[in-house]
Amino acid sequence: MIEVENLTKYYGDYHALKGVTFSVKKGDILGFLGPNGAGKTTTMRILTCFFPPTSGKASVAGFDVFEEPLEVRKRIGYLPENVPLYKDMTVEDYLIFAAGIKGVEGKKIKGAVAKVMDECVLTDVSYKFIAELSKGYRQRVGLAQALVNEPEVLILDEPTIGLDPKQIIEIRKLIKNLAGRRTVILSTHILPEVSMTCQKVVIINDGRVVAVDTPQNLTSRVQGASRFIIRIEGPSHEVIKTLEAIQGVSKVIRRDSHAANGIGEYTIESLKERDIRRDIAPVIVNKGWALIELRPQEMSLEDIFVKLVTKE
Amino acid sequence: MRNFYLIFKKEFKSYFSSPIAYVVITMFLILSGYFFYNTFALFSTISFNATIDPALAKQVGLLNITESVARPLFGNISVILLLMVPLLTMRLFSEEKKSGTIELLLTYPVTDMEVLLGKFLACMAVFTIMIALTVLYPILIIAFGQPEAGPIITGYIGLFFVGASFVSLGIFASSLTENQIIAATVAFGLLLLFWMISFSASLAGPIVGDILSYISMTTHLEGFAKGVIDTEDVVYYLIFITLFLFLTLRILESKKWRG
Repeated sequence: MIEVENLTKYYGDYHALKGVTFSVKKGDILGFLGPNGAGKTTTMRILTCFFPPTSGKASVAGFDVFEEPLEVRKRIGYLPENVPLYKDMTVEDYLIFAAGIKGVEGKKIKGAVAKVMDECVLTDVSYKFIAELSKGYRQRVGLAQALVNEPEVLILDEPTIGLDPKQIIEIRKLIKNLAGRRTVILSTHILPEVSMTCQKVVIINDGRVVAVDTPQNLTSRVQGASRFIIRIEGPSHEVIKTLEAIQGVSKVIRRDSHAANGIGEYTIESLKERDIRRDIAPVIVNKGWALIELRPQEMSLEDIFVKLVTKE
Repeated sequence: MRNFYLIFKKEFKSYFSSPIAYVVITMFLILSGYFFYNTFALFSTISFNATIDPALAKQVGLLNITESVARPLFGNISVILLLMVPLLTMRLFSEEKKSGTIELLLTYPVTDMEVLLGKFLACMAVFTIMIALTVLYPILIIAFGQPEAGPIITGYIGLFFVGASFVSLGIFASSLTENQIIAATVAFGLLLLFWMISFSASLAGPIVGDILSYISMTTHLEGFAKGVIDTEDVVYYLIFITLFLFLTLRILESKKWRG
């Protein structure tokens, strides 16, 4: 649906994109992840034909962004980062304007606007001026204008930024509901958002793609070892010694320095191929200690992100 | 065509959903009314004095209501427009740039040309309303005298060309910056320069002088005020309008290239 090949972009002397390549399948939600200034917005602006790349190719639904920008724009719904809207218009007027200009047929405009207002829960504020709306509502108006012509592709630049937790959940739900019907690219620097909503992640840093994969694969790829957190009631020196003696364990670290009622918390690292959880319990029990807790510590996207970005 | 109309409608509405259009039109009418009153009052005083003073009557015998009241009216209105039109045009692109809405607008399936013409004609529509309201003055002249219809009609045609020129230059200035005050200042400055550049024509050499007086807007307005529609004047205004609309289009395009 979306093909991006070796995009570069210069702003004057500043090299913003240094060869970005990725593709998105129809119906997928792609998370576009990277620190501020990594080139996320630049890539999105190229895809939406706001400006052309310095070199490289990009196409949306088979249309080249440079050769046929109008065809591309017809098929895209775009929500820019700061949700720029005409504040002197009412919600309904604005959506009618957006629907018309995005090519919705005259007779169908009313229906399309009503539908999208319903989807984005805007019906109650339809007669309000956009200037009067709160940030959350404006975000929804932004999403509504992107959706109003039922575009094949949605490009959302940081759709949840500046919202309160409840609104974030609502917007995510809205986006997730679109999966399958629409192809979505959403950029963010909030990592849990990606693991919650996206099938595929592109991590971009300093104008380059650092990794492309599913959130799950990324986790296991970067993670070299399995980690567990274990809480044991027993003398800590001996506990560490005993645990280290188990085959496959590579490292044991005491997590809490002060032992409350003799319970200590440890991190165990083991080789990835070997599941040591089965071996641990009998050893502890044999020693006469109590096993309070044993849980795997998954590497969060946050860790992966930091690892990938700093490796570069 | 449809996109152009949608943008036109949106822009036209937005003039009246903020106080801008009301304030500009009101100030324009107050000022033009004030000038009209003064020329009319002066003319009637002189005419009255001439009826009792034969010497004066001889002196002002050539005066008639068309030349003394109607003609200066158009000159005065153009000068007030010079002040007012930049205030109408300043927001057209600057505001979109400042608030970032230009990014959404230019990623909708519209061409730059449709956006530009929509905005240009929306501003022209407000301008036309403004000018249409001044028809009261000629009506008053007709009520109290017998002016020639010709110069009044051509005067309005001239005003229309001048106004369109002002708007096209104003839009150009607005496309240069995201600051509305800068847009208005640049537009006003350039317009004043085009207005007065013929003043220095007499000081310059013969060729430069001719060029300067050709460039000047005032030179091309005189014919209209006299009741003459000269193709040369019409061509001048058409070139002026097209040139600045074309430059604006280039600015819009270059913004994309430069990011």
